[in-house]
Amino acid sequence: MSLGLYVHRASPVHSTPAGAKMLGLLGAAITLLLFSSPPVLAAALATTLGLYALARLGPRELAFLLPLSAWVLLPLFVLQGVLSGWDTATRAVLRLAVLVLLAMLVSLTTRASDQLDTLQRALRPLARFGVSPARLGLLLALTLRFIPLVATWVHEVREAQRARGLEHHPLAVLVPLLVKTLRTADALAEAIDARGFDAEDPS
Amino acid sequence: MKTRDLVHVALFAALVAALGLLPPLTLPVIPVPITAQTLGVMLAGSTLGARKAGLSLLLFHLLVAAGLPLLSGGHGGLAVYPGPTGGFFVGFIPAAFVIGWLTERAWHRLSVPLAFAINMLGGVGVIYAVGIPWLAASAGLPLPKAAWGSLLFLPGDCVKAAFAASAAVTLKRAWPLIQPPRAAEPPAPPP
Repeated sequence: MSLGLYVHRASPVHSTPAGAKMLGLLGAAITLLLFSSPPVLAAALATTLGLYALARLGPRELAFLLPLSAWVLLPLFVLQGVLSGWDTATRAVLRLAVLVLLAMLVSLTTRASDQLDTLQRALRPLARFGVSPARLGLLLALTLRFIPLVATWVHEVREAQRARGLEHHPLAVLVPLLVKTLRTADALAEAIDARGFDAEDPS
Repeated sequence: MKTRDLVHVALFAALVAALGLLPPLTLPVIPVPITAQTLGVMLAGSTLGARKAGLSLLLFHLLVAAGLPLLSGGHGGLAVYPGPTGGFFVGFIPAAFVIGWLTERAWHRLSVPLAFAINMLGGVGVIYAVGIPWLAASAGLPLPKAAWGSLLFLPGDCVKAAFAASAAVTLKRAWPLIQPPRAAEPPAPPP
């Protein structure tokens, strides 16, 4: 599956367990929200860039920063500078940049499947409230499988409506798409039941 | 939950994701591309009901958080959440729930205007209620400024709510799924 932001490299950042990285990110986010003095932010930015270097990620993986800076960070900086002073502006924009960079680092160095496994493990205590790991696994697998399929359906329905001259009529696309989705859901549920999957089993 | 409910939850999460991956639907009259996933959120809510729609969007967020670029524009990963628009995405979950909850309660007298009001309340009211304070906090903006900036998206959201409402009412006749709260036993699923 090519979906996902993961970029493979051999580095200590890549081999750090997914859970540790995600917890680290959470910790960093809370810390920066509580303490956002310029020296702390500068240190955080330097550390983050250091981590990128350690993960052997270069300018190519940081390309996402360009549109982000152009559309979000720069206008925000100007707006804030005018509204509430350049000091506040620098602080807010730096904090945002560091947090987004750090979160992106986690996504770039951790496979989506590893993150999903970690989340599944983190959600395991919810089993006593009826969220079974087996069901969650089935849900995740089904959704991943169906994203490309639903995308194909949208294309098919639009083609069919184009033949009728209706491709600019959203309802003519939406209703058949929904009915197709629901019909498939029924067939699929029967197939899963026929294979003996017990949805009610809270194990 | 029955297997069928689980499959509905998974398929609508996929639908919301697919709506974000696709080129936008363009309309002849209004220059608003119907691309954003709020349409999927509204459809999930008014098709599945509160519980399943909320779960469906929660599942969608689990996949986004894990690093799949499923949000419109190819955004994804944990970087979405500290960003200025993170709150609007998080708002998808309560929005789908609220739309579903209100649709369930209005099921017997559901009409296009009523469904439109429900979709506006959930798809605009709830999403903005989560998104605007988040935007203000994340960007360090004063709340009123953040609210004014968000009004840019209001016309598009109105169009989307209108389409979601019409689709919901058509679907109610074609393929009803929601069980109104006081129905004793769910009737047999349609063939």
